Amino acid sequence: MADLQITYRDALKEAMREALKRDNNVVIMGEEVGVWGGTYAVTRGLYDEFGGHRVIDTPIAEMGIVGVATGAAMGGMKPIAEIMTINFALVAIDQIVNNTAKIHSMFGGTMRAPVVIRTAAGWGQLAATHSQSFEAWFAHVPGLIVVMPSTPYDAKGLLTTALYSQNPVIFIEHSRLYGEKGAVPEGEFRVPFGVADVKRAGTDLTIITYSRMVHVALHAADELVKQGIEVQVVDLRSLRPLDWDTVLNSVRKTHRALVLTEDWMTYGVSAEIAARISRDAFDDLDAPVERLTQEEVPLPYAPNLEQLSFPDEARVVEKVKAMLA
Amino acid sequence: MVAPATVAPTVAQNRTPQITRETALHWLEQMMLIRRFEEAAEYAYTQKKVGGFLHLYIGEESIAVGSVAAMQPDDDIFTHYRDHGWVLARGVDPKPAMAELYGKATGLVKGKGGSMHFASVEHHMWGGYAIVGGHIPLAAGMAFSHQYLKRDRIAFCVMGEGATNIGMFHEALNMAAVWKLPVVFLVENNMFGMGTAVERASATSDIYEKAAAYRMPATQIDGNDIELVYQTIQEFAERARRGEGPQMVEAMTYRFKGHSMGDPQRYRTKEEVENRRPDDPINRWEKKLIERGWANDALIKEIFTRVDKQIADAVQFAEDSPFPEPSELYTDILVEE
Repeated sequence: MADLQITYRDALKEAMREALKRDNNVVIMGEEVGVWGGTYAVTRGLYDEFGGHRVIDTPIAEMGIVGVATGAAMGGMKPIAEIMTINFALVAIDQIVNNTAKIHSMFGGTMRAPVVIRTAAGWGQLAATHSQSFEAWFAHVPGLIVVMPSTPYDAKGLLTTALYSQNPVIFIEHSRLYGEKGAVPEGEFRVPFGVADVKRAGTDLTIITYSRMVHVALHAADELVKQGIEVQVVDLRSLRPLDWDTVLNSVRKTHRALVLTEDWMTYGVSAEIAARISRDAFDDLDAPVERLTQEEVPLPYAPNLEQLSFPDEARVVEKVKAMLA
Repeated sequence: MVAPATVAPTVAQNRTPQITRETALHWLEQMMLIRRFEEAAEYAYTQKKVGGFLHLYIGEESIAVGSVAAMQPDDDIFTHYRDHGWVLARGVDPKPAMAELYGKATGLVKGKGGSMHFASVEHHMWGGYAIVGGHIPLAAGMAFSHQYLKRDRIAFCVMGEGATNIGMFHEALNMAAVWKLPVVFLVENNMFGMGTAVERASATSDIYEKAAAYRMPATQIDGNDIELVYQTIQEFAERARRGEGPQMVEAMTYRFKGHSMGDPQRYRTKEEVENRRPDDPINRWEKKLIERGWANDALIKEIFTRVDKQIADAVQFAEDSPFPEPSELYTDILVEE
C-alpha cells in the first residue's frame, strides 16, 4: 500500500485505531482521552468511533489509572493507559515500578501485565514541573520496555509492536513532535523493540540520540555537511532494550561518538551510553565520548532561559567541530 | 438529605447455622492448617531456613477461611503481604507454599517471591503485594476486566486497616465506585499498622466509615467469628456480583504475633495480648462445634493430628527441594517474544 504523509500524532492514533478495531480487549484509559479528545489530541475521534466503554475518561488519578490498567491486563485485557505527561508519571511511579514491571518476575513468570503506558515528554514555557525528561528513571528498571520514537513511521510501528507485546511498555512521545509529518505506510506494520535506526549515514562522527533530539541532530548534520563533515545519526528508538550492536558498529566506523539527549547529564541516559561505548569500543575511539544534554537546572519559564537549557543545532555543530578539531 | 451510604451489620442478627457439620469441620481444619503452617514457618525462620520478612496471620485465620468459603472458585483475590492464610484457605497445597518460604525451586512462584508474594493463578489467587495499598488498584483493574468482558466473576481486595490511609486506597475506591466495579474491599482491622495503633494513624478508627465518601455499602463485623465472616462476605459478594458496585467489609481482628519477626512489640503490653486470647478464632470455633454437638475432643484431636502430618510433610518437602538453578536469575524478567 502507498505511503501517506501524516503527522506523528495521527500515526499514533492510527496504531490505536487499528488495535481497537482488531482486538476487543484493547481499551484506552486516561485523563481527557475521551470526550475532550486527548490533551494533545492524539485520541481525537476515537471516542466517537468506538464509544466511551473503549475510550475511557478517568478521574485525575495516575496511580489509579496505571494500577487499574495493570490489573485489567492481568485479567486478560490489553489496556492503553495514557498519562498526560511524563511529569505526572511520577505520581504513578510506584504502580509502574512495583507492580507493572514486577508482576511477571515476582510471581515466577505465572502472570503477565501487558499494559501500554503512553505518555508525553516535552516542554514549551511550562516551567519546572511540566517540562522534564524522565526516560532514564523508567529505562533503569528491569521488567519494562521503554521506547521513544522520533518520526511518524517509528511512532506507528513501535506503538503497534507495543500493542502486540505481552510485556509492559512505557511509550514516551514528545509534545513538540506531534505536528511533525512523515511518510507512513497505510495499514498495519511493526517496528521491533531494541533495533536502532541509522537516520543518516556518515563517516566522521556518530551522534547517538532519540526522540526530538534526532531532528536537532539531523539539522546539525545538514549544516555540517556544508563544512565537509559527514555525521552518522543513530536513532535508538528504544532505550530498553537498547541496540548496542548498531551503536558500537557505528562508533567502530566513525571513531567518534557524541551522545545527544534532552534529559539531564548526571546519571542520565547519556551516562549509560557513554560508559558502554567507552568500555566496548575503547580501542576504536579517536577521542573521548562526548555528551550534550539539557543544562542541569529545573527548567525556567522565561523563553530565552528555556532555549538556553537545551542543545540546539548550533551547539551540536559547535560540539562536533570541536571534537574533530 | 443524604442517602445512607453505609448499611448496618444486619447479618449479625438472628443467626442460625446454615452450614453443614462437614463444612464446619473443614473450616476448623483449614484454620488449624494455617496456624500450624505459620508456627512451622516461624520455627524455620529462627533456624535461618526462612529469610527476609515473615508476617504471621496468627489470630486472623477466620477471616481468610470464612471469606474464601463464601466466594466462587473463580473469583479473584488480591492480598497484602500477610498472605499465607489467604493462599492456604484458597486450597493451595502447603508443600509449594512452604518451599516458597525456603526459597526453593519448587516454591509457589519458583522461589522468586518469598513470604510476601505467595500466588497461584490456577486458584485465582493473584498474589500478596508488599507495598502497602499498592494492590488495591490492581484488584479494581481485575474487576474492571470482569465487568468489561461480562464475566460472572468478582474481585476481592484484602488489605489491612493501615492501607486505608494511603492514597492508592482512595484512588482505587473512587474509580471502583464511579464505574460500579464488581469488587469487595475487605479490610482486616488488626488494630496496628506495624506498631502504630489505628487511632493514632487514622482519623476514624471505624474504617468502614471511609466507604461512605464513595457511597459504597459497608459494614463492620467481628472478624474472629468465622460464621459471621462467611455470611457477611456471601451477602456483600452477591451484591457486587449483581452489579450493585463495590462493597466494603471491615473485619475486626487482632494480630497475636508481632508485625514481622523480630518485632519487640513495645507498642503494646503482654497483658493486652493475653486479654485477647479468649478471642482466638480457632478456640472459639472449637467451642461452638462442641456446643452444637458437631465435634468432641477426640475428633478435634484427630483433625489436628492430620494437620500436623500435612505440615510435617510440607516442611520435609521444602527441606528436600533444591534451590533454583543459577540460570533462573535471568528468567521471567520479560515474557519471551
